[in-house]
Amino acid sequence: MDQGETIPELRVTPDKYLPHRYAGASGDFNPIHIDPEFAKQVGLPGNILHGLYAMAQVARANAGAAGDDPRKLKRLSVQFRGMGFPEKEIVVTGTVKEVRDGHAVVDTVAEQDGNKIIRNAEAEIEIG
Amino acid sequence: MDTSKIGKSYPAFEYEVGREKIREYANAVGETNPVYTDREAAKAAGFRDVVAPPMFAVVYSAGAMGPAVLDPELAINFMMMLHGSQEFVWSEPVCAGDTITTTATVKDLREEDGRRFYVFESVSINQDGKETVRGTWTNIVRGG
Repeated sequence: MDQGETIPELRVTPDKYLPHRYAGASGDFNPIHIDPEFAKQVGLPGNILHGLYAMAQVARANAGAAGDDPRKLKRLSVQFRGMGFPEKEIVVTGTVKEVRDGHAVVDTVAEQDGNKIIRNAEAEIEIG
Repeated sequence: MDTSKIGKSYPAFEYEVGREKIREYANAVGETNPVYTDREAAKAAGFRDVVAPPMFAVVYSAGAMGPAVLDPELAINFMMMLHGSQEFVWSEPVCAGDTITTTATVKDLREEDGRRFYVFESVSINQDGKETVRGTWTNIVRGG
């Protein structure tokens, strides 16, 4: 893995009920994620994805680039910007920014319809 | 903004990691590697039992973060709060059967461009005293 190299793209489309399953799995039942009517009442276009679900997709893309070994994902930092929605494809892309001491630093972005839902994501993975 | 609570820590939270909970989480986030669901595959890969996906850290840390974010002494305006950013630094993997103890502290409180930043740190250790993850949770409140 060299500087400037891209990591394999990850594409996933969360279905309509994914936020409910993620709520159960994570314990985060904030109604903005699972109740479209509540979400609209607070000014959102509809129920939005959990940011930490989107972050999990960024984690998967980076662990995937490191042989799908959870031990090789050492660090991940992200900024939550924009809103993610169910039933729209998420595309996670990444580029190696730096390689040192057997570790690669990967700049990663998660987008839906060209809107960045996770930006300035930086992952450190063990390589080699 | 009152910064006197920087350094405040909250009671430790203990979480017992269940095999089915790992499977439920792995399925929800779309993990396909059998090390997250199949005990034999996990053992063949060198784990004690099914291993948790890295982001499962949010599941076992949540019980420690709740009282910190809800602390009346910080008086966070939830109506205007956003989860602005998040960092995890992973060490020891977490497997089914582990007991993870997480402690949260107030790492930073600051105001920037009319926005208030409430930054918390969580440190999680397993039953052997080994650190599993260190999290930095940044909540932003618009309009002060």
